[in-house]
Amino acid sequence: MPANLSARLCSLLLSLFLIAFALPAFAGPFEDAVAKFANDDYSDTEEAIGVVASSGNALAFPIISALQDGRLMADPDSKKVYVTGADGKSIDAATGQAVASVPDSASAVRLNNRLRRGVDAAVGALTLMSPDVTTRIQAAQSVFKSHEESALDAVNTALSKETNKSAKAALGDARAAILLFKSDATEVEKLEAVATIKAHGDQEALAMLTGIGSDQPASVTTAAASAIASIQSSLAIWSTVQNAWYGLSLGSVLLLAAIGLAITFGVMGVINMAHGEMVMIGAYVTFVVQEVIRTRYPALFDYSLLIAVPLAFVVAGALGVLIERSIIRFLYGRPLETLLATWGLSLVLQQAVRTMFGPTNREVGNPSWMSGAFELGHITITYNRLWILVFTLAVFAILLAMLRYTALGLEMRAVTQNRRMAASMGIATSRVDALTFGLGSGIAGIAGVALSQIDNVSPNLGQSYIIDSFMVVVFGGVGNLWGTLVGAFTLGIANKFLEPVAGAVLGKIAILVLIILFIQKRPRGLFALKGRAVEA
Amino acid sequence: MTPHMLTRSLDRGATIFLAVVAACGILIPLSNLLLPAGSFLQVPTYLVALWGKYVCYAILALSVDLIWGYCGILSLGHGAFFALGGYAMGMYLMRQIGARGVYGNPILPDFMVFLNYSKLPWYWYGFDMFWFAALMVLVVPGLLAFCFGWLAFRSRVTGVYLSIITQAMTYALLLAFFRNDFGFGGNNGLTDFKDILGFNVQAGGTRAALFALSCLALIASFLICRSIVSSKLGKVLIAIRDAESRSRFLGYRVESYKLFVFTLSACMAGVAGALYVPQVGIINPSEFAPGNSIEAVIWVAVGGRGTLVGAALGAVVVNYAKTVFTSGVLAPYWLFMLGAMFILVTLLLPKGIVGTFNAWWDLWKEKRGAATAASAAAKDGITEPKMAE
Repeated sequence: MPANLSARLCSLLLSLFLIAFALPAFAGPFEDAVAKFANDDYSDTEEAIGVVASSGNALAFPIISALQDGRLMADPDSKKVYVTGADGKSIDAATGQAVASVPDSASAVRLNNRLRRGVDAAVGALTLMSPDVTTRIQAAQSVFKSHEESALDAVNTALSKETNKSAKAALGDARAAILLFKSDATEVEKLEAVATIKAHGDQEALAMLTGIGSDQPASVTTAAASAIASIQSSLAIWSTVQNAWYGLSLGSVLLLAAIGLAITFGVMGVINMAHGEMVMIGAYVTFVVQEVIRTRYPALFDYSLLIAVPLAFVVAGALGVLIERSIIRFLYGRPLETLLATWGLSLVLQQAVRTMFGPTNREVGNPSWMSGAFELGHITITYNRLWILVFTLAVFAILLAMLRYTALGLEMRAVTQNRRMAASMGIATSRVDALTFGLGSGIAGIAGVALSQIDNVSPNLGQSYIIDSFMVVVFGGVGNLWGTLVGAFTLGIANKFLEPVAGAVLGKIAILVLIILFIQKRPRGLFALKGRAVEA
Repeated sequence: MTPHMLTRSLDRGATIFLAVVAACGILIPLSNLLLPAGSFLQVPTYLVALWGKYVCYAILALSVDLIWGYCGILSLGHGAFFALGGYAMGMYLMRQIGARGVYGNPILPDFMVFLNYSKLPWYWYGFDMFWFAALMVLVVPGLLAFCFGWLAFRSRVTGVYLSIITQAMTYALLLAFFRNDFGFGGNNGLTDFKDILGFNVQAGGTRAALFALSCLALIASFLICRSIVSSKLGKVLIAIRDAESRSRFLGYRVESYKLFVFTLSACMAGVAGALYVPQVGIINPSEFAPGNSIEAVIWVAVGGRGTLVGAALGAVVVNYAKTVFTSGVLAPYWLFMLGAMFILVTLLLPKGIVGTFNAWWDLWKEKRGAATAASAAAKDGITEPKMAE
């Protein structure tokens, strides 16, 4: 085998190990089969696929995958077949020799839907022995889906050689799927197959067992029915778990958005309608940090969020203090006016950001440790959602500790509970107010950093959270962070459990109506402050 | 309502306001219809429709002022009542299109044909009759306000909590009306109107008549509000606004008073919406946006909370400014303006334009009274000066 040929093949072959097979030097069944592709006849093509796929020839994979992609060209006059590569280079399909150009008379070998399934299965079978474990597992999974009988031998061969545990399991599933649909498989084989597929236990397994047809032995049909029931009940449990996870995830987002509001509303009784805009500013800080990192220090990209969190806290917090000193402190004791003024402020901030950054969505990337997902049983958990949950709980814990163990926290609690008494005790209440407002805004800012990972960063980002945040705070009860925590997760989980039943929008409407009704029963939320503080 | 009550409730400012509105309601349509187009004094039809829109906003502002200015209920969901009234009128106008729609279906409006409705939903029955639609304009917002208020006021939800749940109400309605299967045209809303009571809605004469009607409705709303706030009922409302618990301890059924005035105000907002829709030619779910309701509150704040005249004036002034700013090169700055208006009015002008003017007027009169040593200062309460527009 000439060295240059082998090099060229390397560039074309996806499965490197196939090179180990020697190219047959004589015109045998492989070459005949390849020539059949040029006949432009579906049954000839089908036969050719079967022979090529089972030939063990190193060219089998390139030919079949070229066929799949419409890159297999056949010349009906000379009966020559060519594989054109993605890089524009072509080889003779029968010999593997490079050719300068494919003749104009050649056209792509045509496929119909039935053949296409056969091709897919053949590609699956050919990749079953790839050196890469992931490829092997994917191939086994695709055989499982197609359960093409022709792949059985390939699966059996691969199964006997397989050493990796999860690949072996995938191959076992694939084999079971084939046997289940193979008309001449024995009853014992079929029963085993049902058991294996039952253990597989996902939606596909369910569909497969439902579709086995009626021409099966009675024992197989009963086994399949019981397997279907068991899969359905286990899937129901998993979908509950999935909903609970989505609910937790939504709850963490709500909590993150509402927690700053809970502080300003709880401690100062200030309705800050511009709270959402603080979240938005945090998201834009993330955007700016990532822009700087992209252009100057691309290596630091994975740390962009770690840099953005303190920055967003400082920027939003400073803005909060500024707002408190310049607007809100003149409006204490007039909550409705505060509401209007902060609404106006939110319009100004939105428009300012729109003027500076444009009205369109800005792109904020996920660092590598936040992208991707992993499987837990039958549910998929994305890393960004998981990290946001962790981050939210961390922020909550830090805030709780701060209120409990620091001097500022003590002063804040004192002012919340009895402002005049606190002032009499020498607490500078106006300073506490400014710092509280700054703290609430700063936390909204870091919420923005987290939310930039899952939401569009646009000037309207904050508006979409403001009503939800208020609902959480009002539902949970003012002046109690635990109320906010419980409120956020209750609303999040309730929302996600209503969604499959009522649809996303109706579910949300139902939640709003439920909150409105709930407020009638408990006008001050789940965890209400008691005593004189209430009327203050 | 006795004539005596009416005259007593009308001081100089209110009289001037009514005279101005009545004059506009008569002169603008006449000038539009009778003078030749292009004449200096002729009001073009597009301006008639634009000012008609302002007048509807003024009615909405009056309804907000009635509950916020006199009863202390800050509703951030009044846009919902406005929009519901508008939808009731829009449904009548849709049914009037008949077979002239794009799909030519004599019963189903175009959007229903498009969405494969086989028959008219039950809640569309009756809207082919004007009297029924007109009744619904009052009943639907009124009923919603009654149920909502009955629940909220009875359990003593007050202050910012009430504001937030009214906002949640309008937000929920916004989401609901955006849905196609809700049967109100989804996000496109209702539009392409042809006739109202047999008259073409696009025609100049109809527009002029609608404008005159809006002015009439504004006058009627103003008289109703005025007679309420100057009656004993109004005194109780003010007492509730200033000291709710104390009023309750004095034996007044606070929740009943609030419920009455809240429902009435919702009906007024519904009428405003119903007059608004034929003049702008469309109603869609964005009217439910929480921002719209808050904007209505700022009209009242700018004009002067608790003055009625100020509310109507504020609605016209702010919306005129909005038209001027959003149509020119200054368009990107409108939101800055509006935001600054919210902040500055609450900080620097808490009584609004009319309230501040009244305070100056009283001060000036007091000074003059002292200087001339005239008869003892018999202050006759509120005196509104004429606001030239």
